Amino acid sequence: MSRSRVQTIFYGAAALISLVGLAEATYLTVVYLSGETAVCGGSADCFQVLGSSYAKIGSIPVSGLGALAYFSAFAFATFAGFGYVRARRFFAWTVIAMFCMTLWLLFVQAFRLHAFCRYCLFSAALVFLLTGLVVARPVAETQEN
Amino acid sequence: MRRYLPFIIVVCVALLAVGGGAFLYRAKRSANATPKISKSETEPSGETIHALGPADAAVTLEEFGDFQCPPCGKLSEPINQLQKQYNLRVIYRQFPLPVHAHAKEAAFAAEAAGRQGRFWQMHDLLYREQAVWSKSTDARALFNAYAGMLQLDLNRFKKDMDGSEVQKQVEFDQRRGAGIGVKNTPTIFVNNEAVPGNEANPDGLPALIEAAIKKAKPSS
Repeated sequence: MSRSRVQTIFYGAAALISLVGLAEATYLTVVYLSGETAVCGGSADCFQVLGSSYAKIGSIPVSGLGALAYFSAFAFATFAGFGYVRARRFFAWTVIAMFCMTLWLLFVQAFRLHAFCRYCLFSAALVFLLTGLVVARPVAETQEN
Repeated sequence: MRRYLPFIIVVCVALLAVGGGAFLYRAKRSANATPKISKSETEPSGETIHALGPADAAVTLEEFGDFQCPPCGKLSEPINQLQKQYNLRVIYRQFPLPVHAHAKEAAFAAEAAGRQGRFWQMHDLLYREQAVWSKSTDARALFNAYAGMLQLDLNRFKKDMDGSEVQKQVEFDQRRGAGIGVKNTPTIFVNNEAVPGNEANPDGLPALIEAAIKKAKPSS
């Protein structure tokens, strides 16, 4: 398999994961803006997390920032997949920033709020997948070489 | 063409995200934009009743309901439709049955929301989400979440839910129901006449209401 094909598959997968994250974060932002509070079926943990003071920075919902981050990751992954070299670095830095933010949000849920929101956990899983791809990337490229 | 493809893809996704978000936002806003006038009226006894529609309506439908009773849940939306269609006066009375573990707490939640002018919104929400909170081990937390969804003052809501006033209100409705022979839910009265159990359903009610309207206005 050629190196460019591996990169196309790699960044294609990253773009797809980012797209799923974008959809989820957009949904949560809309829920926030429409004055609702997301309730995960049968559990009030989402309300505890998404209704907490940690769910917004100033008047900006964290989910809105998440949507922006996922969109950036999607855009950089798409450009990287089409061979834009600089986009690869931007993609990696964006994912690293998202990973750090995810660790902070998991810490908040575990030790400050003592409640886990399923939407947030799903998003964390997506970010971990993206981080895994970023970490695996040099390995894949080394193997190609 | 390939050179422009990533730009096209990114712009399309941006438009889709913004457009989809805006569409969802509008849909949610319009769903929430029908605030019912949560009218609390004081009865001679000093208790309050929850009524929708004009006080001089030709037909008054009084329901004794239990938020955890599935047939009541199925009847909730049809009664809302009938209220709008025939401009009825609808009165809701609490009649939580002891067999339902969370029914009384749900009644308290509706009453506590009513103290902030959102009885009917909580009423609709409790019936809509009945399947969720009925099975929950922590229904109280869900009621708090619903109060958050309705943008109630949460501290006041919690305090009211534990307060003796809402409990007295529920007990008052139950006593009133028991006094006029209510045993099950939903029990419905149309212009103070009990609706037979087999007609207290979305198919049977419209005909009864039309008959009651004709009876109330025989000349028209």
